[in-house]
Amino acid sequence: MAVMTRLKETTAEIREATRNGAAGPSKAMLVLGGFLAFFLVMVLVWGPRTEFPLDWSRGISRWINEGVEAITVAWGPVFDLVSDAVLRFLLWIETAFLWTPWPVVIVGAALLAWITVGWKFSAFAVVALLTTGVFGLWESAMETMALIVVSVILSIVVGIPIGVLSARSNNFDAVLKPLLDGMQTMPSFVYLVPVVMFFGIGNVPAVFATIIYAVPPTIRFTSLGIREVSPQVVEAARSFGTTPRQLLFKVQLPMALPTIMAGINQTTMMALAMMVIASLVGAGGLGEDVQRALARARPGEALLGGLGIVFLAIIIDRITQAWAKSRQEALRM
Amino acid sequence: MSQAIEDGQKLSASTNGQVRVSVRGLWKVFGPAADSDVGETLKGKTKDEVQDELDSVLALHDVSFDVHQGETFVVMGLSGSGKSTLVRCLIRLIEPTTGQVIIDGEDLLSLTEEELTEARRQKTGMVFQYFGLLPHRTVIDNVAWGLEVQGVPREDRRARAAELLRVVGLDGWEEYHASALSGGMQQRVGLARALACDPEILLMDEPFSALDPLIRRDMQDELIRLQEQMHKTIIFITHDLAEATKLGSRIAIMRDGAIVQIGTPEEILANPADDYVADFTQDVRTCSIVTVGYIMESCAVQLSVATNPNDALAALDADGADRAFVALAEGVYAGEITRAATRQAADSGDATIERAVSRRCEPVLASLCIEDALSQAWSNDGWIPVVDEGGRLVGNVERDALARTVFSEERVEAGV
Repeated sequence: MAVMTRLKETTAEIREATRNGAAGPSKAMLVLGGFLAFFLVMVLVWGPRTEFPLDWSRGISRWINEGVEAITVAWGPVFDLVSDAVLRFLLWIETAFLWTPWPVVIVGAALLAWITVGWKFSAFAVVALLTTGVFGLWESAMETMALIVVSVILSIVVGIPIGVLSARSNNFDAVLKPLLDGMQTMPSFVYLVPVVMFFGIGNVPAVFATIIYAVPPTIRFTSLGIREVSPQVVEAARSFGTTPRQLLFKVQLPMALPTIMAGINQTTMMALAMMVIASLVGAGGLGEDVQRALARARPGEALLGGLGIVFLAIIIDRITQAWAKSRQEALRM
Repeated sequence: MSQAIEDGQKLSASTNGQVRVSVRGLWKVFGPAADSDVGETLKGKTKDEVQDELDSVLALHDVSFDVHQGETFVVMGLSGSGKSTLVRCLIRLIEPTTGQVIIDGEDLLSLTEEELTEARRQKTGMVFQYFGLLPHRTVIDNVAWGLEVQGVPREDRRARAAELLRVVGLDGWEEYHASALSGGMQQRVGLARALACDPEILLMDEPFSALDPLIRRDMQDELIRLQEQMHKTIIFITHDLAEATKLGSRIAIMRDGAIVQIGTPEEILANPADDYVADFTQDVRTCSIVTVGYIMESCAVQLSVATNPNDALAALDADGADRAFVALAEGVYAGEITRAATRQAADSGDATIERAVSRRCEPVLASLCIEDALSQAWSNDGWIPVVDEGGRLVGNVERDALARTVFSEERVEAGV
């Protein structure tokens, strides 16, 4: 009996839904109709053939080529200025890494690993760094570290404000999302060319190419972290006369910090993954070692350089993850 | 409905203290209808009609009330009745569609963003059902939050916060993270935070609903105790009539976004405006809420001890009564006289009825609930004198009337 009643209700619901759907031509139907009409015209005008009737590629490509050239010329001084600033920052960090005696770097890394993760991982870090040194890759590793540090810091400086904006505006978020998807999936070689045109060859274009590839997680996780802050906490804070600025800096960003940290961790990993490709535009470090080995068909050197990158990745990853996790636990309600 | 509101306002005129919060014609509509002149488009429409015809949700339906200084004004309703929306609209955490919220002569709805922020800092403090504490901060920094956003120096605000933690009984917990505390303790932190800026008005959105029953009772008692010292103006939201009657000076009952009745707990229990309100009151034990003062009658004959016995006899004759209550000069209850004792006094030539006065029964307090009054006056037949806190005779009540009200299913009738 109950089953019968339920069945009857369901049919009624379905009938209701169908009736509502059929109330007027939906948007989807209109779009579909438009496409059909378009294809009909194409076939009528050009007839059914295998090759595509239109080819705009040459025009569009030339237009883009000329556009990029024009920008390079017109904005040249600005690019030089930016390039100069980044280069100075990079050299400063690189010098710091290279001037510090290697035992100091290893002991520092070991202590950091001990405090954040534990003694076992600390031991691994010491062995991994010593191995890198024994492989003859110490200077390359430090140069890569400098590149990573600069790329990640710039990614944070650019990514967090953009993430905050996208958390606040749904429209901005809607525009940003496909752009970020594009930055992560577009083959790197595509944007290496304009980056080289803007900034020349060397570590600076490498940093910019790395940022393009690695910044999306920081932006996404910042936005997610802020959107995830409990609306009850935000409401309570507002009820006491909190300004939007205070809300951002004293409530939303601190509470989003563990999530933002996870984003920065991912950005760091992606920056490391970008190092070999970045060496194509003149970046030094471990990436260059791997790329040179590739060019000379030397699998041994390539593997050693690759292992160097892997060791750095593991050490940075564990330390930043452990830090993010401890923040997260401190926040758990 | 409008009758009920008028009654409520008539009563508020007699409540002492000036009007602190005045809400006038407050509407909140979610959906397309919010863009129209809601007073016109939604006039006379029910919540369901607004939903079906205009594809909009009517959350607040022309709400008006006044809250007086020192009063605990309880807004009660089932979930979805709009009570939480109402309290948020008061400080524009939710922006009302139209209307006025006048606090100390200033309409909050006309303020700019900056002025509103200032008003929230100075005038109000709010307590939330789910506490809304900042999990990344310690207890003391949570309490100091309101002062921090105002730019009060760290040492000063922490000193003030520590003081309030003592008030709510949480001293020693200053440096713990808020998440380490139990629900009841977290809400004490929420209360201390709301009080830290010393606001004139406390807004409490179901503050005790998320707590378990024993803790809830403790917190209610705590609030009553604090309110006796602070005399804040409190607007308290709840879905629990027992809580409403325990805490409220007056209660407003909401249904479908509109206020259906405003009155004292006794008025609501005694005269529910409609079946909806009556439904609520069914679950509440009337006899533990209605006070003797509410059902007592004024004494038919009340005499002073200085009265001449012959005048007293005349007064008894005029009313056809056999006995009457007697008060001292300041109105303090003295006892009662019977016709026989008064005649005796008259015959022996006394100047006053003083010697005829006897204390047959102890008076009951007007503020006592009828259940307690009955257990106290059980052994006394007939009329029982009723006195106020100062011992002054204010009326009388029949023991059988008390018993009837306590035990019968009948509605309580107000005395005359």
